[in-house]
Amino acid sequence: MAKQLNIFVDNKPGRLSAVTDILAGNGINIFIFTIQDRGDFGLIKLLVDKPEEADCILLGKGYASALKEVVLVSVKDQPGNLHRLATVLQEKKINLSDARGTVLAPSNLGLCCLEVDDIKSAEKVLKKAGFALVELADIYKL
Amino acid sequence: METAGRKAMDALRLKNLRKVVGYALRTPFYQARLKAAGITSPRDIRSLKDLARIPFTSKEDLRECYPNGLLAVPMSRVVRIHTSSGTTGIPTVIHHTKEDLAVWTDLVARSITATGAGKHDIFQNMMTYGMFTGGLGLHYGAERVGMTVIPMGGGNSRRQIQIMKDFGTTVLHITPSYMLHLHSLLAECKVTLKDLRLKKAYLGAEPYSEDTRRKIEKLWQIDAYNSYGLSEMNGPGVAFECEHKNGMHVWEDVYCVEVIDQRTGAALEDGREGEVVFTNLLREATPLLRYRTRDVAAILKGACPCGRTHRRLARIAGRTDDMMIINGVNIYPSQIEAVIMQVPEVGNNYQIILEKSGSLDSLTVKVEISSGMFKGDLAQIDRLKERIKDNLRASIIISPRVELHEPGSLPVFEGKAKRVVDDRAKL
Repeated sequence: MAKQLNIFVDNKPGRLSAVTDILAGNGINIFIFTIQDRGDFGLIKLLVDKPEEADCILLGKGYASALKEVVLVSVKDQPGNLHRLATVLQEKKINLSDARGTVLAPSNLGLCCLEVDDIKSAEKVLKKAGFALVELADIYKL
Repeated sequence: METAGRKAMDALRLKNLRKVVGYALRTPFYQARLKAAGITSPRDIRSLKDLARIPFTSKEDLRECYPNGLLAVPMSRVVRIHTSSGTTGIPTVIHHTKEDLAVWTDLVARSITATGAGKHDIFQNMMTYGMFTGGLGLHYGAERVGMTVIPMGGGNSRRQIQIMKDFGTTVLHITPSYMLHLHSLLAECKVTLKDLRLKKAYLGAEPYSEDTRRKIEKLWQIDAYNSYGLSEMNGPGVAFECEHKNGMHVWEDVYCVEVIDQRTGAALEDGREGEVVFTNLLREATPLLRYRTRDVAAILKGACPCGRTHRRLARIAGRTDDMMIINGVNIYPSQIEAVIMQVPEVGNNYQIILEKSGSLDSLTVKVEISSGMFKGDLAQIDRLKERIKDNLRASIIISPRVELHEPGSLPVFEGKAKRVVDDRAKL
């Protein structure tokens, strides 16, 4: 399990840089980021090294920021593994509201960040299916 | 009566002014107001000039008297109640006796006749029925004239067009924006002007320009007449254009009209623009003396070629307050503010955007989410937007678009906020 930073911003130029400016100034390191466009507003989603601290700093600056728990898993990079992940979740009727994944080339691993309603069940079934649960602090050890 | 000389008309007006002051004195509100002005009996009104001694009545006064504080007759004599369509919370209430309704109906019938319409006309009333006076007011007046009345009410555009075609409607009562909207649907409904027998439209309930009138007349190949009324003065039928379409004759045998400087209250001469003030000389249940309408207009100078002696009111130029008219519905920013203030997840800063979407008005309300209230969920945002939208719809009837913005992103104003951005092109 990991804590993801979700920041509600207006959908207009300059909002990402305003956030990253604050994070950079406070020495917060970003592992993964994604931005969602929802018409009049957008959502910046960040996995950072110090989520609680980053959240506090942003709230203090008046941003609509919140921490949301996500599932972070890794698995060997090979054909069929995303399908295995999807199948396991489908079998347990666990719905994904958002997900992103990437390959870490040096270690030949796939890393996935999953947003689900029931974190505990998702973690349980994924572990059972051979996926490794990853903590934020472990990201550099992968 | 419509071509009566000034002298005869003024004699009648004086008689009726005394009568309405007599009714007003039956209410504690006017007893106190008029006593302070040295008027304790109808006999204290010696000439029409004494009207100026009577203090103004404001919309706030009416609200403070809600619901029955201005009722001058026993409730058993009241046969109908109307309230204002617009509301800053408490509506204004007007009670009517049977006689009050008869006067109103006669004036609407007179207005319709002045446009040259009559009993051979098929009249389709597209104004909302119910508490809004535009529906029932024209309805009964048209029946009095002997027209064939189709009480459609508002909305349901495709059916409106179908009915116009099937029954050969010749006269419409409609808001100008809806009239333009309907035209845009004709092609889709596979109806051409040749399929219709439309000759006239009575346009009211929202401000519009002379250009809009011409546009409507050209698009529909009809004559469009300007209609003015307000629920406090019964409703439609206060002032109406005749066949010459050059200003609305105020039916002065029933309404004393004044135009005043909105700051000082001083009377302005004919031709000068100011706040329009009305006294309804023939109302028993809810007498209103020198009622400030907040509408800005001028009395036109000179006589009308039609021969009617009743002076004419120019097109309404604007409002003295911040009321917005959105698709014919009166809305105050304070109503929207009241709803927003009750939602803990959003801040107190907001913005109201008015735009044209086709011929109709669209309303967007922008609010800011409070910094600590965001839970990180899109579902929360969707629910929040929906809730604000529902609450606004319940309060102002109109369904707005709600936009959520990040904290501190909406413009902040010092002093009186300019929260309303009206991007509706001046038609």
